Amino acid sequence: MSAKKKQAELIEEISGVNPLKCMKCGKCSASCPSYNEMDIKPHQFVSYVINEDVESLVNSASLWKCLSCFACVERCPRDVKPAKLIEAARLLVIRQRGGNYLSPDEIPELLDEELPQQLLASAFRKYST
Amino acid sequence: MKYSYYPGCTLRTKAKDLDDYARASAKALGFELEEIEDWQCCGGVYPLGTDEIATKLSCVRALNAAKEKEQELVTVCSACHHVMKRVNDDMKNVEDICTRANNYMELDEPYKGETNVLHFLEVLRDKVGFDELKKKVVNPLTGKKIGAYYGCLLLRPGKVLNFDNPENPKIMEDFIRAIGAEPVIYPYRNECCGGYISLKEKEMAENMCDKITESAEGFGADMLITACPLCMYNLNKSSRREIPVVYFTEILAEALGVKEVQA
Repeated sequence: MSAKKKQAELIEEISGVNPLKCMKCGKCSASCPSYNEMDIKPHQFVSYVINEDVESLVNSASLWKCLSCFACVERCPRDVKPAKLIEAARLLVIRQRGGNYLSPDEIPELLDEELPQQLLASAFRKYST
Repeated sequence: MKYSYYPGCTLRTKAKDLDDYARASAKALGFELEEIEDWQCCGGVYPLGTDEIATKLSCVRALNAAKEKEQELVTVCSACHHVMKRVNDDMKNVEDICTRANNYMELDEPYKGETNVLHFLEVLRDKVGFDELKKKVVNPLTGKKIGAYYGCLLLRPGKVLNFDNPENPKIMEDFIRAIGAEPVIYPYRNECCGGYISLKEKEMAENMCDKITESAEGFGADMLITACPLCMYNLNKSSRREIPVVYFTEILAEALGVKEVQA
């Protein structure tokens, strides 16, 4: 099996998503509140997995723009769950040594008086292992 | 009626109001919130990876603690509610996750999703009943025009959270009516506030919250209510915001006449 195919299968395994169910209606991207900030849009994300181009996905800025708001999951008529694919690609990155997107050293300057603990807990879960 | 209660990390610290007013209101409404012993943080976000087990265990412990007391489990924070319900759904319906989580837990009897998880608003709707709540209101918030801000975590994915219609919810509007105020329905009430993005990308969250507050104010709201400390934080960062954002438990306590009496 080629390395590319292996990576795509890993994404499918971690996410539990079958990207072939996608009928490319674009409703996920139309619903996405981060659409303008994403270089690879949610509906394209699905196609990249089908085309086994995981390399592009793990280098995509979209990984850090997805809010996990589940609008795409809720509205997908084929139950593809694009947010889960994005999460799987994010996990591929942060599970590598040196792949964390957030380091504890950054925290002091990001803090303010009102910042809730929930935000720190959530961001560490999403951005680091 | 006694429920197991999972406050979560932020309700102990930055969101003490959300917690205190919930407890005071529960007492006034005749039910008890019994805090689970030694609970641990839910993590704030549900671990989406199907191979993530350890990150789900804090919820499994809380869920199992409620099961052992034969109580339903109540949360007030939107995020805790979200993570707890989704992990419970995994334990009930995803055999692989259930087996592997129980291997870690080593319980006398495996946990298989037996506990019923309720958000405080669901307790008001399904256990107390909004009609009963209305009868217990001593300070109706007459004339107040209140916009409910749902955000994402209470509603989606609708099939798992089973909280309300994810596209056209009404539980918070019914709550607002029950305490004598007037709900304002505005288009952005179930749009995302930006969530955890506000830690590193503050501008992105601010832009999203600007749209939400503009939408609510444009439809005539003079106050927004939320159940989520992170939504509140993000909404308060909206630079164009003019109306206050308060926890739903605060106006509940006010309506029940227990706002000054801390739990």
